[in-house]
Amino acid sequence: MKENAQRILANPKFQELVQKRSAFAWTLSIAMLVIYFGFILLVAFGKGFLGTPIGSGVTTWGIPVGLFTIISAFILTGIYVHRANGEFDELNRQIMEESK
Amino acid sequence: MRSLVNRVGVAAVAAGALIPASVHAAAVEGAVQKQATNLSAIVMFLIFVLATLGITYWAARRTKSAKDFYAAGGGITGFQNGLAIAGDYMSAASFLGIAGLVYTSGFDGLIFSVGWLVGWPIILFLVAERLRNLGKYTFADVASYRFQQTPMRTMAACGSLATVTFYLIAQMVGAGKLIQLLFGLDYMWAVVIVGVLMIAYVTFGGMLATTWVQIIKAVLLLSGASFMAFAVLAKFGFSPEAMFATATQVHPKATAIMAPGALISDPVSAISLGMALMFGTAGLPHILMRFFTVSDAKEARKSVFYATGFIGYFYILTFIIGFGAIVLLLAPDATGAYPFLTAAPAAGALANPATIIGGSNMAAIHTAHAVGGDLFFGFISAVAFATILAVVAGLTLAGASAVSHDLYASVIARGRASEHDEIRVSKITTVVIGIVSIFLGIAFENQNVAFMVGLAFVIAASANFPVLLMSMFWGRMTTRGAVLGGWIGLVSSVSLLIMGPTVWKSVLGNPAALFPYDNPGIFTIPLSFLAIWFFSITDNSKAAQDEREAYKAQYIRSQTGLGAEGASAH
Repeated sequence: MKENAQRILANPKFQELVQKRSAFAWTLSIAMLVIYFGFILLVAFGKGFLGTPIGSGVTTWGIPVGLFTIISAFILTGIYVHRANGEFDELNRQIMEESK
Repeated sequence: MRSLVNRVGVAAVAAGALIPASVHAAAVEGAVQKQATNLSAIVMFLIFVLATLGITYWAARRTKSAKDFYAAGGGITGFQNGLAIAGDYMSAASFLGIAGLVYTSGFDGLIFSVGWLVGWPIILFLVAERLRNLGKYTFADVASYRFQQTPMRTMAACGSLATVTFYLIAQMVGAGKLIQLLFGLDYMWAVVIVGVLMIAYVTFGGMLATTWVQIIKAVLLLSGASFMAFAVLAKFGFSPEAMFATATQVHPKATAIMAPGALISDPVSAISLGMALMFGTAGLPHILMRFFTVSDAKEARKSVFYATGFIGYFYILTFIIGFGAIVLLLAPDATGAYPFLTAAPAAGALANPATIIGGSNMAAIHTAHAVGGDLFFGFISAVAFATILAVVAGLTLAGASAVSHDLYASVIARGRASEHDEIRVSKITTVVIGIVSIFLGIAFENQNVAFMVGLAFVIAASANFPVLLMSMFWGRMTTRGAVLGGWIGLVSSVSLLIMGPTVWKSVLGNPAALFPYDNPGIFTIPLSFLAIWFFSITDNSKAAQDEREAYKAQYIRSQTGLGAEGASAH
C-alpha cells in the first residue's frame, strides 16, 4: 500500500489527473457561483429588470432568467459527469494499473 | 381566530426576508383546522403505508451486516441513488410550500426553487467523489480520516445530531399539521403515527428500506406533479403566456406576481441566504450518507447528476402548479361557484387568495382536486404523507448512525464493538430519537417550523461543511484546528440564530433583536473557516506534524479511490 502510494505520487499521470480535474471542478464551481449570485443580486438590486415584460405580453424577464439558472445547474453537472466518468476515470484506471 | 394568527405569522415570515428553508416550511404552518375525513385519501394512504411496510419487511430479511444497515450494502446504482437523493430533497414542504408561495406571491416562489437547487453542482464538483472514496458510513468517517478519532468524532456527531434534530422537529410539526389537514386526525395522533411508522421503517429495514421508500415516493411524486402541471398547461393550449395572462387577471396582486417581491431585500440577507442554502446542503448528514450507498465514485457522480435533474424538473413543475392554483382556485368554476375558497368574492371583485380552505399550503392539494377529481386528490395526499415519512426516516437514520457509529463504536467502545452491537445501539437510538421527536413535535406544535428548518441549514453550513471541506482540501489542517473550528461554527451559528429577529423578537417576545439578521451564515461560515485555519497553523505539536504527513495518503485515496471502502477492485 505504501509503495503503491509512492509510485502513484511519482506517476506524471497522477499529477496530470489531479491538476486537470481540480482546475475543471473549480472552473465549473465558479461558473455556478457567478450565475447563482448574479441571479440573487438581480433579485436584490435589479427588481425592475426582472419585472419587465418581454415584448407586449405579461411574461417577464424574471421567468427565463430563473429557468436559465435552474437549467444551468443541471447542464454544468452534466458536463462534469461526462468528462469525469470518461476522461478522468480512464486516466485513473491507467494510474491504478501502472502502480500495481 | 387561530387561523388569523397563523396567517399573520406566515405573512410576517414572508415579509421578513427569511431563509428560504423557512418559507418552505412556513407554508405548512398556515391555518390548520380539522377537516372532514376524505375516504379516497384514507384508502390511498393505507395502500401506500402497507406497500412500504412490505418493502421494509423485504429489506429487513436482506439486511444482515452493518454495511447493509447503514449503506444498503453499497449496492445501490447511481440512478436509484439519484432518485433517493431527490426523494430526500423533495420534501412535502418543498412541494406544498413552493406551490403555496407561488399561489400567494407568484415569482418569489421561483427564487426559492433556484436557491434549493444550486447546492447540488457544488456538492458534485468539490465533495461527492472524495467523500465516496474516503468514507464508510457517515461524514464523520471522512472528517476524522487522519485526525484523532475521539475529539473529531464527538464534534462531528454533535454537529450531525444538532442538524438532524432541528430538521426533524420541523418535519414532525409539518407532518402533524399536514395530516391534521388531510385526514381530519388530531394533531397529536398525527405526530404519533408519523413517529411510530418512522421507527418501524428505520429499525427493521435500515438504509435499504429507507432508500427504497424514498425511491418509490420520488417516482410517485414526480409522476403526480407532472400530471398536474400537464393538466394545468393543457387548459391553456400549452402556452405559459396564456396561463400567466389569466393569472394576472384573477390575482389581486395583478402583474406584481410576475416580478420579485420583498423576500430578499438587502444584499447582506441575499448573500447570507445564498451561502446557507448552497453550503448547508453539502453539510446535511442524511444527504451525505447517501453517497456511501453506491459502489464507487463514478456512481456517486451519476447520482448527483440524476438528482439535480429530478430536483430541477420538480421545482419547475411546482412553479407551474402554483400558477395553476391561481388560475383554477381564484376563478369561478362552470357553475360560477368558488369551491376551494371559504367565501366567494363580492360581485365584481377579485377573489382573495387568503380565503383558500386550509391555508395557502393547501394550494397544490386543491389543484390536484381541481384537475384530477377525488381519487387523484387522495393519491396526492397519500404521496404528501409518504414524503414526510420518508424524509423523517432518512433523518433519523443519519442521527442514529452518528450515535452508534461515531459515538458508540469509535469513541465509547474505541473500535472494540462488534457489528452486531453497533447495529443494536443504532436501533435503540432510532427508537429514542423517534420517541423524543414525537414529544418535541407535540411540544413544538405552535413553534415556527420555518425557523427550525432554517436553523438546520445554517448549522450544517457552519459546523459540518467547513470541517468536511478543509479535511479534504487542506493538508495543513490539524485536529486542534478542525475541532475548534467545528465547535466555533456550531456554537456561533446556534447563538446568532437565537439572538436574531426570528427567535429573540418573534418567538421570545423581546422588543428588539440582539443581532439584526435572520440568517447569520455570512458571518458564521467564514468564522468557522478562519478558526480552522488559525488554530491549525499555530499548532506545531508532534501529533499535528504526523497529521500533516498523513495527508499525502489521504490525498491519493481521495483522488483515485485506492483502498476505498467497497470500491470495485481496479
